[in-house]
Amino acid sequence: MNLFRSQVLICGGTGCTSSDSPKLAARFETLLAEKGLDKEVKIVRTGCFGLCEAGPVVIVYPEGAFYSRVKLEDVDEIVEEHLVKGRIVRHLLYHDSVDEQTQSIKALDDTRFYRKQKRVALRNCGVIDPENIDDYIATDGYMALAKVLTEWQPQDVIDCLKASGLRGRGGAGFPTGNKWAFAVGSKSDKKYVLCNADEGDPGAFMDRSVLEGDPHAVLEAMAIAGYTIGSDQGYIYVRAEYPIAVKRLTIAIGQARAYGLLGKNILGTGFNFDIELRLGAGAFVCGEETALMTSIEGNRGEPRPRPPFPAVKGLFGKPSILNNVETYANIPQIILKGADWFASMGTEKSKGTKVFALGGKINNTGLVEVEMGTTLREIVEDIGGGCPNGKKFKAAQTGGPSGGCIPASMLDIKIDYDNLIAAGSMMGSGGLIVMDEDNCMVDIARFFLEFTVDESCGKCTPCRVGTRRMLEILQRITEGKGEEGDIERLETLAKTIQASALCGLGQTAPNPVLSTLRYFRDEYEVHIKEKRCPAGQCKKLLRYTIVADKCKGCGLCARNCPVKCISGEVRKPFVIDSSKCIKCGACMDNCRFGAIERK
Amino acid sequence: MQKNSAFSAEQYDKLHQVIAEYRDMPGPLMPVMQKAQEIFGYLPIEVQNEIADGLGIPMTDVYGVATFYSQFTLEPRGQHTIGICMGTACYVKNAALVLEALKKNLGVEVGKTTEDGLFTLDATRCLGCCGLAPVITIDETVYGRMTPDEVPGILAKYKA
Repeated sequence: MNLFRSQVLICGGTGCTSSDSPKLAARFETLLAEKGLDKEVKIVRTGCFGLCEAGPVVIVYPEGAFYSRVKLEDVDEIVEEHLVKGRIVRHLLYHDSVDEQTQSIKALDDTRFYRKQKRVALRNCGVIDPENIDDYIATDGYMALAKVLTEWQPQDVIDCLKASGLRGRGGAGFPTGNKWAFAVGSKSDKKYVLCNADEGDPGAFMDRSVLEGDPHAVLEAMAIAGYTIGSDQGYIYVRAEYPIAVKRLTIAIGQARAYGLLGKNILGTGFNFDIELRLGAGAFVCGEETALMTSIEGNRGEPRPRPPFPAVKGLFGKPSILNNVETYANIPQIILKGADWFASMGTEKSKGTKVFALGGKINNTGLVEVEMGTTLREIVEDIGGGCPNGKKFKAAQTGGPSGGCIPASMLDIKIDYDNLIAAGSMMGSGGLIVMDEDNCMVDIARFFLEFTVDESCGKCTPCRVGTRRMLEILQRITEGKGEEGDIERLETLAKTIQASALCGLGQTAPNPVLSTLRYFRDEYEVHIKEKRCPAGQCKKLLRYTIVADKCKGCGLCARNCPVKCISGEVRKPFVIDSSKCIKCGACMDNCRFGAIERK
Repeated sequence: MQKNSAFSAEQYDKLHQVIAEYRDMPGPLMPVMQKAQEIFGYLPIEVQNEIADGLGIPMTDVYGVATFYSQFTLEPRGQHTIGICMGTACYVKNAALVLEALKKNLGVEVGKTTEDGLFTLDATRCLGCCGLAPVITIDETVYGRMTPDEVPGILAKYKA
């Protein structure tokens, strides 16, 4: 085995790959080979480090130098200075990774972004090479499976999960131990273990990062589930839009089979279990458990009524359990470290940690994992570093199209399943989108409804027709055609859909509207009554005016106006006729004196 | 069934191999359609018919699946596919303005292909690189932190 004096960790997550981290890795390899250092310095392509904002990220150990937004030409400097001469390239370091007083390098966990985080599901992401099973095994990988297969009865697994308090990380928060126990109770010749990796919430990339950074954790947990419920076949249903995740899963399954950790007679215990991948084809509704199963069966991914629940009659009519990626990623550690360890984290009813994809108007976009019960303020201000450009925080959206917005007045809410539901939102899979004062809440509600209408499978009327009617009202409001009574109509429709839609997607579709109505009703009213968008987002409600003091009367705006609604005499202030204006903004783009205002 | 002369016998051979490989698996339809789209670029009726015959699944079911999932396309695509991310993180960072610029520059609506067959414009779901928002992809390449002004320059690279 080679011993290396330095390790260069390069993020191979989706964010950093998109900003060319594979080219950086190749460049490192070329340069190190040229200098004959390839036996001394090891290049490791890891999963996501979490701080996507700073990507592409490169960390050099043993010093722990955290280089951020590394460009191809920077690689030469890092190799020459750091790896050859041993001098850290300070100007490329992430700004918060140097202690201001001592000028020494801080441990990653001491930076503002990581300090309040607790990485359980993400423990291996950004640490190991996800394409090498030995890396996973070196961090206690497959130990939990070995323990369960050789020392535990299935009932011990159920007891452990129940005692840990683990709840489903896919959104609904159903206790995992109970779910598995139901499937144990179902008698059948065939049972299935399913993994929901159809992460469809816009702005959510937690599951993708786990699959890309630590795929074996999911495989191991699925095998444990197979042993527990008496199943020999697992399926992972993963979005086809996640090519890196698909590739790493395929590699991981192949390696696990080669090591005898999947397949026949695992670890010589007589237990058989194998896993197959199924690719989604772009339908959000397939994240719903019954729709996902119909889709694996090769049909249109339409949900079906429950009961019968999947634990009784699931995939191909056989008892099945379905868990989300992040739920699985927690399980091997719960088994190794014990239910008490897991239950010691979090709040009374929500144990452990939760991964959030922090995005939108926030300085530190990325993936964060915090203990349940952490306040929204800690996530947004301490970890996320607040809104960019000194803008004011307005709301955070959680739960995607099924969730809602939490306003600034509730920043001190302790995040767990129950508090979020009480606040009119939900945990969802973990997307957390920050909005600032420039975002219009009516427009955000419209955005989500547009999503739901587009993704509604069309099977039940409340969702197919109801959400469309809601969207029409919202469109009307954002276009300045809102009417008295629209808010009440939205509320009535929302309650009807919640009560009558077939599946979770439909029942929760009105949430973005209801939660914005609850906290930002005044914004709806201003749109309807004053035909004005306070945030200046709704294009059709904007008014362009010419500031007479600044206008030089050059006439450039009038010449560029496609509907000829600007008039005036040369060298005198021009005027816009608002009744004809189509709000295209051409005048503003062309004015050289900043004389055109948009309100 | 009349075969489309636009496709080669080789393409049909590949399809038949795929059908033979998956026929006895549980739930073979979607994997076969995904492979078929890789082979033919899209799923015209004659290819769907071939799949229906090969798997012994009614054509109505094949067509139902083809039209349900956004990944399957019944029309030929442009040489390059432009995807603009319409995830929430990109949306709140003004992806809509970038989309406007793309539509204006290409002269097509979302889901359509330019007349010269060079570009197909898609509005995609979240691509999962929210740190780079707003994001567009052209084929496999990702362009992050986009502004509407950058659109013409980027498209020009593909027009050459």
